[in-house]
Amino acid sequence: MSKYLLRFGVLGYLALILLVPVGFVFYRAFDQGFAHAWQAVTTPEALHALWLTLLIAAIAVPVNTVVGVILALALVRGTFVGRGLINAVVDLPLAISPVIVGLGLVLLYGRGGWLGGLADHGLTILFAVPGMVLATMFVSMPFVVREVVPVLREIGIEQEQAAETLGAAPFQVFRRITFPAIRGAVAYGVVLTTARAIGEFGAVSAVAGNVEGKTQTLPLYVKAQFDGFDTSGAYASSVVLAMIAIAVVVSLRFLQPKEH
Amino acid sequence: MATDVTALERPAGAGWSRAGGGLARGFATAYLSLVVLLPLAALVWSARGGGFASFWHAATEPEAMAALKLTLGLAAACAAVNAVAGTAAAWVLVRDNFPGKGLVDAVIDLPFALPTIVAGLTLLALYGPGGPFGIDVAFTRIGILMALLFVTLPFVVRAVQPVLLELDAEMEEAAASLGARPIGVFRRIVFPNLLPAVLSGVALAFARAVGEFGAVVLISGNIPFKTEVSSVYIFGQLQSGNGSGAAAVSVLLLAISLGVLLGIGGFRRWRTRHDRV
Repeated sequence: MSKYLLRFGVLGYLALILLVPVGFVFYRAFDQGFAHAWQAVTTPEALHALWLTLLIAAIAVPVNTVVGVILALALVRGTFVGRGLINAVVDLPLAISPVIVGLGLVLLYGRGGWLGGLADHGLTILFAVPGMVLATMFVSMPFVVREVVPVLREIGIEQEQAAETLGAAPFQVFRRITFPAIRGAVAYGVVLTTARAIGEFGAVSAVAGNVEGKTQTLPLYVKAQFDGFDTSGAYASSVVLAMIAIAVVVSLRFLQPKEH
Repeated sequence: MATDVTALERPAGAGWSRAGGGLARGFATAYLSLVVLLPLAALVWSARGGGFASFWHAATEPEAMAALKLTLGLAAACAAVNAVAGTAAAWVLVRDNFPGKGLVDAVIDLPFALPTIVAGLTLLALYGPGGPFGIDVAFTRIGILMALLFVTLPFVVRAVQPVLLELDAEMEEAAASLGARPIGVFRRIVFPNLLPAVLSGVALAFARAVGEFGAVVLISGNIPFKTEVSSVYIFGQLQSGNGSGAAAVSVLLLAISLGVLLGIGGFRRWRTRHDRV
């Protein structure tokens, strides 16, 4: 009896908080027909926002992947001063409000900021794509590191040592021994990084300014459409983002280690 | 096991991940400093720019204080609900069996993948004015709490699930056969084993709830002194050109939430150590 109570309590909670809201996005987007929704997501502004979102992710995700693997190796295999500090800094983006991240970037690159002079030399960071990329890099930084670190710990170094003893060059060891072992974790981290990079709102919003049709990513476009009372446009674009999210969840399933 | 590995790796000579990685490590550290640390340093610098008195004055403005209290109260409430609901969900997903369980398990990750603004938009449409169920919690604290519960849903579930999977059911069976009632078994056997995982999930949920912006900004209505949370207040100050005031509030908020995180982490380590002895 209590078993069923718990089961239906949990399922009811999940339905209320999660399933019904996500389903409702789809309902609202298509309640005026598919053609209407299609039209709303293929306007030049919406397409530009989608393109910009993908562009930013295409820069931030590879950089964070490479840096993430290097940092994970340094954290697990390295023995150097300041390792604890790096470990703490890697986790910081998870504990900091995205708005505060955006604010920090505005204060750093804005007028009177330490790097505010860059704008005078033709290097516009704020209210432009570079600032949005920096904000995205910040918030999506921890995921690859956090996925790879436990796997590196678990595989140990016996195989790497054996390869070294047999004369493998350092990079060869990485390419043939270490990387194949962490590949799954890297892929998992990349998917999480991509999801965050595509969906980020607060940090990007703070540095993007309000240059419509220029510095609007898809999440910012959703908000702008909603504020402009074009709710069908907002829902149609939300569906695009929700479908990306569902694709992310599905790929996480496939990438999950087998024993789960 | 981890300590053995560290002991072994020193005499091992030059692996790419060690010596050859020196250059790569320097690059990664520089990246971390430039992308993460420098903006935060600028934030702190700007907050203390006019001395401590002006920092404190800006951080404790009545409107900022009201927002801070609301934020911390809601984050605490969100963490508490997650501790119970998240643990229950993890329990059902591990110990219970019903058709569609795999799907439910997969769906738990959705809040990590769904952009927060989309979550906020749909929650407002569903539980706002003119919603299909006739429930209207828009521009209320309940509404904000629901948005926070949406975005923080996976943390406790995903922290507790692996521990429950590992947990041996034999201990519980032994306790039950010795006459312990189900509630006693849970309190004496299951709960102490799950507590560290619950706490780490709760800490992450709390930190996320304190800083959440996208999911909250639409449903909260941002009424000063009533439904305006700190992240929205900071954003508003930034938009109206008061960067240093926003920085002051941010630094205070960061200090409090990092303090809470350290406190939970410390309690967790203390508990775990005592359990092992």
